[in-house]
Amino acid sequence: MIPRYQAVLFAILLAASVIMGVVLWQLRERAHQRLLQGHDSAPTQAPQVAPAEQATLLVASDPDNSLLTQLQTLPLPQDPGSRARVILGKLLDLYAAPGAAHPVPGGGASIAQVFLLPAPELLSNPVILSDPSGAEGRGKPALSEVERGPAVSSRRTPGTRAPLTPNPAPPNGPLLAVVNLTGSFVASHPSGLEAENLTLQSICGTLHANLPRVTQVRFLVDGQQRATLAGHADLTRAYLAADAAPQP
Amino acid sequence: MNLLKDSQTSRTKSLRRLLAAFLLAAAATLAAQAPPVPAVPQPPLAPPRFIVVLDAAHGGDDPGGSLTNPDGGGQPEKAFTLALSVRLRSLLAARGFQVITTRESDAAVDSDRRAEIANRANAQACLSLHAAETGSGVHLFASSLSPAAPTRIPAWKTAQAAWVTRSLALAGVVNSALLQAGLPVTLGRATLPAVDSMTCPALAVEVAPDRSAGSNPADSFIDPAYQARIAEALATALLEWKSEARQP
Repeated sequence: MIPRYQAVLFAILLAASVIMGVVLWQLRERAHQRLLQGHDSAPTQAPQVAPAEQATLLVASDPDNSLLTQLQTLPLPQDPGSRARVILGKLLDLYAAPGAAHPVPGGGASIAQVFLLPAPELLSNPVILSDPSGAEGRGKPALSEVERGPAVSSRRTPGTRAPLTPNPAPPNGPLLAVVNLTGSFVASHPSGLEAENLTLQSICGTLHANLPRVTQVRFLVDGQQRATLAGHADLTRAYLAADAAPQP
Repeated sequence: MNLLKDSQTSRTKSLRRLLAAFLLAAAATLAAQAPPVPAVPQPPLAPPRFIVVLDAAHGGDDPGGSLTNPDGGGQPEKAFTLALSVRLRSLLAARGFQVITTRESDAAVDSDRRAEIANRANAQACLSLHAAETGSGVHLFASSLSPAAPTRIPAWKTAQAAWVTRSLALAGVVNSALLQAGLPVTLGRATLPAVDSMTCPALAVEVAPDRSAGSNPADSFIDPAYQARIAEALATALLEWKSEARQP
């Protein structure tokens, strides 16, 4: 049998807990209301539908180890970084489609971000992205370095506009594109020298064909440097975009 | 009196020095004009051994790609490349080559170590062996580095630049031999960390399934005859490369 004083104590403690819970709930509601009052959520900018434009894709073909030029019409944003991401997304959608000549699962969602930076010759404080194997730092969080630098960036954040910062590069200067791939894309990419190089070359060539100022391309995976794409193709160095572009 | 004696002594010393200098100059002139001493005939030196480095890619905890067998199971790329390396080593040794391999067992060897082994060997040909399920026949890749003049201390990551021209010549010889053996060949350039650091004519050889008429691509990686054809063709190519290298 529980002594009377213990039963009373238990009842008091239970009542105190319930009262405290109610008070906390009310405080939370008040804080939420205060937050909403200070934030104007009315839409101030009408959504825009980007006009459809023609983009040149360099589509890889495994059987003959070649890049085939393909024209696609698709809505393209004006911001160069977003434009690059949309175009590369379309390219990877083609690879993910059934019957593709260069099958790679993942599709357009595999391009997490594309950053356009002044090419290294123009950088006053060069972003160290190369050589994860030694002096220049293995496995450094390279994306934070990229984000810190001046860039026109494009982020895949549903429901929000891409944050844009002004690009201090000369208007016609060469650009370095940093393509951030998702880890799932890399994990599912077929392993092999030919397949991996074709993927990288097609990305580089497509970027250069649509954004001729892009002269160099670097790759990150989930914001980190990685040694190879799927065991073969080197991801630690910059690729010259013009090398992959079709010759006139 | 003493002063006169001192001046005479110093004059005698100067004359002696002058005489010694004159004699030295005369001796040097005579030596320069003397007829060359006929060289003592040396016994002919044994021709240096022709060294080939075979690099079976991957190994240890790096399985490389997965090669599907007809039974649905997968064979790791590391096992296939090791088997091909062993087979090719036997063929080359029988033809009088000195063969150095980067691994003889399922051991992990990083790309720097592979290049170190190749560079220490001072080899006349280096082959990095790979395998992939994409494409068909054999893919040959030379380094994508731009050719550069040799330097006394080459940069580690681009050491191959001074050898790219020779590597491309080796690719031509290997291509001819493979085509003569009836194997489809795809030529390309790639960035492969191990190859890019090698200071020898170096190629990455990627074996892909046999997709010719009448063959089952799924059988390629377990078909000893297919592997033997490729190994024989590579041995023939290296024999041809050796004879070209020996020509004055």
